[in-house]
Amino acid sequence: MNLVHRGRWITLLGLVLLALVYVRALAFTPVERFQGPAQKIFYVHVPAAWSAMLAMGLVGVCSILYLMLKDARFDRFAAASAEVGTAFSLVMLTTGPIWAKPIWGTWWTWDARLTLTLFLFFLFIGYLLLRGAVGDPGLRARYSAVLGICGLLLLPFIHLSVYLFRTLHPEPIVLKPSSPSLPESMLTTLLFSFGVFTLLYLGFVIQRYALSLLQEERGGSHG
Amino acid sequence: MPRRSPTSTDGRSHVNDVLRHAWTVARKDLVLEFRTRTAFLSAVVFTALVLTVFNFGRDPTAVATVDLAPSILWVTFSFAAMLALNRAFQLELENQALEGLLVSPLSRTSLYWGKLLANLVFVAVVEAVGLPLFVLFFDVPVGRVLVPLIGVIALATIGFVAVGTLFSAMVIRTRFAELMLPVLLLPFLIPPLTGAVQVTAKLLAGRPLSEVEGWLKLLAAYDIVFVALATLLFPTTVDE
Repeated sequence: MNLVHRGRWITLLGLVLLALVYVRALAFTPVERFQGPAQKIFYVHVPAAWSAMLAMGLVGVCSILYLMLKDARFDRFAAASAEVGTAFSLVMLTTGPIWAKPIWGTWWTWDARLTLTLFLFFLFIGYLLLRGAVGDPGLRARYSAVLGICGLLLLPFIHLSVYLFRTLHPEPIVLKPSSPSLPESMLTTLLFSFGVFTLLYLGFVIQRYALSLLQEERGGSHG
Repeated sequence: MPRRSPTSTDGRSHVNDVLRHAWTVARKDLVLEFRTRTAFLSAVVFTALVLTVFNFGRDPTAVATVDLAPSILWVTFSFAAMLALNRAFQLELENQALEGLLVSPLSRTSLYWGKLLANLVFVAVVEAVGLPLFVLFFDVPVGRVLVPLIGVIALATIGFVAVGTLFSAMVIRTRFAELMLPVLLLPFLIPPLTGAVQVTAKLLAGRPLSEVEGWLKLLAAYDIVFVALATLLFPTTVDE
């Protein structure tokens, strides 16, 4: 089975499981007492944010590996990851305000995590624009690797600088020093969704990777 | 053949060489700028114009100047610096001057630091003209806090000029270079800009520097991380 097909199967499996996440979140997970049905969007929003962060992290790691080993596979993977990450950050940036309007009473606020994710999105866009603006494949790989590494290091700084303002975002619920304060059924749904979004990320990236491989084989310079 | 382990004097003379070469590169750029003066003059006039635009872009009866002053100052400086950075490597494209620099026995570190230094001087000159104009136009009392204010300006400027110098070496070989630099650089402007605006606001309000210790640490950390990172990454942007 070649790479395209493998990616397609993983994506298909991810999509089927995503439907199950919806079913489980809507029908078999209790409604949150204070936020009501609006809280259900978390089962999509938080895992999408996770996938976007994962995508950026892997762009950074692949950029470092590319500069060290000069292996085109890392560049191809970083490019695929950035594109998929852009899609996931869009999901995160659209589901967030839909939840925030009824709960916070505003579509948008400059809270630490919101700002961070917005800039994550801008970094992805900048990264893809830069790739589109360089003709030579070798140069493109090196330039985007430089941007990928700088971007990865920028994110903690943005987070810190906005954090020094006051933050509105819900405090960490799952990954915090004490045990998660989520009821078990909600936690299971959330963790299930995390898994599904990771799978979807993998499926998309593998397909995108295979696509740029095909493009390169046919001699197209745009990847 | 086993290499002789470098003694401390060797190390020091190596650092001296790097710095000396960096200064040569910076001086070359600055002499070029001072002789033509076009870039300096345009950047200074641009700064004055942006400050004027800000004056008309606000409602003076609704917002007190001192509340808006830090933002005005820093948005103006950021735009002016962006202009300066755009031309940093543009000069080297003419007659393949960059190729000449690359085949010369300069280390890449010297080349980067030279460019960084020249950009810093360029931006500093623009800021040195912009600050008095800002005081004049907006009647902001900076006399008491001039020294810490200059310190903050320096701290914030170094960080993003460091990233900007690195990026400007990349964008000259892309399509739409003038547009590409702001798109790539503006996200990197956020931490220094936020910090600088906060510290400036506190200073203008007469608060002690101890209140903004966190911001100052953040600015310093940003400078250290990105100057080091840019020095490390610069060779990959110019080498073939």
